[in-house]
Amino acid sequence: MTLETRTFTVTRADLVRYAGASGDHNPIHQDDEVARSVGLPGVIAHGMYTMALAARAVGDWFPGAEVVSLGCKFTNPVVVPAAGGVDVEVAGEAKEPDEDGLTTVSLTVTCEGQKVLGMPKAVIRA
Amino acid sequence: MPVDQSLVGRTFPPTEAYEVTEDRIRAFAEAVGASYDGSAAPPTFPIVLAFDAMNAFLEAEAIDLFRIVHGEQKFAYDRPVAVGDVLTASLTVASLRQIAGNDIIGTTSEITDASGTRVCATSATLVHRGAEA
Repeated sequence: MTLETRTFTVTRADLVRYAGASGDHNPIHQDDEVARSVGLPGVIAHGMYTMALAARAVGDWFPGAEVVSLGCKFTNPVVVPAAGGVDVEVAGEAKEPDEDGLTTVSLTVTCEGQKVLGMPKAVIRA
Repeated sequence: MPVDQSLVGRTFPPTEAYEVTEDRIRAFAEAVGASYDGSAAPPTFPIVLAFDAMNAFLEAEAIDLFRIVHGEQKFAYDRPVAVGDVLTASLTVASLRQIAGNDIIGTTSEITDASGTRVCATSATLVHRGAEA
């Protein structure tokens, strides 16, 4: 079953708020100079922020479902401009529940037409 | 400087106990744009614990956080995190290899509640970008 694609806009202010709530104050998510000093194109979103957006889409598609597992690789950075924001799209495909009642949701998470997460997947008990 | 190879297999001491409060869950949920209805925490909430454990590991090994990029993250949940949980995380270095001047550090962290029962098993790959990068 194909799920309705969700689009989320990510801004620098979102990253500041996420840093505060998660405790991840890595300056590569705040400071262009530091990000560039380690070879990144500029400030990037926390991978965990992008993953949280993917989880949010799953929550929107299956309200109240228990998530049994969640995982992904961080294959390309989500570069967040100093002004405005950048869109992250989360598409999903759900399989039929298996004999244990678990549903596997395969996700595709893109930013500016490029996949940013590798093999993002959630298993839920709907 | 490359990360010390002898770290593989080492488990670091558990993090300080972290009390899960409604405020903490709500702040996290709102920061990722989700709404919080008072039930289970968002699925990525346990990263708060795993991140604490990672920070303690980086500090112990004098690794700079700004040289770390997240490569991979997995969560396997035994149950959802809920208000009132008192959690700790302990991190084990599972693997270590060098690719193109970067250290690829594989870690696993177990998040347990006050009774010592596992709530969530996480694994993370950390890419430590070399100084010349």
